[in-house]
Amino acid sequence: MSDARNAVRAVLEGPDINRALTRIAHEIIERTKGAGNIVLLGIPTRGATLAVRLGERIAQFEGVKVPVGSLDITMYRDDLRLRPARPLGRTELPADGVDDRTVVLVDDVLFSGRTVRAALDALNDVGRPKAVQLATLVDRGHRELPIRADYVGKNLPTAKSEQVKVFLEEIDGREAVVLIKGEEK
Amino acid sequence: MKRHLISAGDLTRQDALLILDTADELARVSDRSIKKLPTLRGRTVVNLFFEDSTRTRISFEAAAKRLSADVINFSAKGSSVSKGESLKDTALTLQAMGADAVVIRHSASGAPHRLATWVDGSVVNAGDGTHEHPTQALLDAFTMRRRLGALDGRRITIVGDVLHSRVARSNVLLLNTLGAQVTLVAPPTLLPVTVDSWPCEVSYDLDAVLPKSDVIMMLRVQTERMNASYFPSAREYSRRYGLDRDRLAKMADDAIVMHPGPMNRGVEIAAEVADSARSTIVEQVANGVTIRMAVLYLLLGGETQ
Repeated sequence: MSDARNAVRAVLEGPDINRALTRIAHEIIERTKGAGNIVLLGIPTRGATLAVRLGERIAQFEGVKVPVGSLDITMYRDDLRLRPARPLGRTELPADGVDDRTVVLVDDVLFSGRTVRAALDALNDVGRPKAVQLATLVDRGHRELPIRADYVGKNLPTAKSEQVKVFLEEIDGREAVVLIKGEEK
Repeated sequence: MKRHLISAGDLTRQDALLILDTADELARVSDRSIKKLPTLRGRTVVNLFFEDSTRTRISFEAAAKRLSADVINFSAKGSSVSKGESLKDTALTLQAMGADAVVIRHSASGAPHRLATWVDGSVVNAGDGTHEHPTQALLDAFTMRRRLGALDGRRITIVGDVLHSRVARSNVLLLNTLGAQVTLVAPPTLLPVTVDSWPCEVSYDLDAVLPKSDVIMMLRVQTERMNASYFPSAREYSRRYGLDRDRLAKMADDAIVMHPGPMNRGVEIAAEVADSARSTIVEQVANGVTIRMAVLYLLLGGETQ
């Protein structure tokens, strides 16, 4: 990816990601009045890792232990037939479930909104939350559905042909959000 | 993965692990109150059963329904097959109905292979004659992996009527792919002549193999296929190759006992062994639905090739 058309640019570095997550954690606490009745559900793979980190921060700031889990949306995607069958991610719900709690869905990048649509369907099959909110590290625009995030780490204006990739220490061994220039279609 | 699942030997190690990993995730769905997933909405799965079956047919039906596919059950009894319709014409009928997958059980070895050349959808072999039964091998491997962890280097012993057993053949192929060491134990009359070319060892002495095995899989004595005297009497078979309490005691402490069902209690397996905590027989049935969901998802869930 060294040629100019595929240039890679780091948009967020490790410390920026940390600061963004810290701010989101504070916002969640503020908006949910102490985060007493929430469940953080990350969308695998990187959303699940981010959910764990947000849970740690909320525990640190507010002293409440927030249930954290993951919600795989593969079986609920609307584009399954466009690609070969994909491996499944892990769904791990907290022991007390999601009923009557405020669920905060956590994903790394918000783009078309189709992943979130699938997540709402998946959530419907595992319980009935009191409310659902959405936290994302990067909002890159180009929504194709009427969906918006409640908590955003960074709004990142992008061209549709570009790719946004999030790297996290736990999975990738480094911390960064990079923008990869794609070819114009 | 290939478009069809005809033989366990068609699966690469990567394919087999993908199916097992997918089943691991799907097993969690079986614990929820809503067990249905929308994934195969609008797809049609035909269960084409020319031979009697309880658990396999029900298992495939449950798997397809949990993935929201439409299921059409077809059994030879009460169909045009009893009027003499050929397999090919039956296949063309299914084709015209737009079956996305055909799950076939047939008494003739090779029937699924032939069927695959006539229909556009995926063909899943649910047992053909004495040839193969790949989803049974997958659910057995899945059950072993859940109890014992990774199968590399594990010693699996398959005991009984290997000659007539499609389960044994599929298991030998799949377990070999997954890195396990398989030993077949049977009277010489119940081993196929080509067994030398199978990737496994052969023994005639169950008592010698028992203590070294991590898994003992007992095969059913298939009385309906016993058209010659393969052994003198059921009692003698049971004494030499049956798994009773004394033999169970010789097994390693964490070794498990499996049986693909249906069992002949008192012939190949004693009732108290079948009902013991070491036996995974009921687990195998539950895992059957999960593994078949994984297979149907991986064959039908993506783009059609």
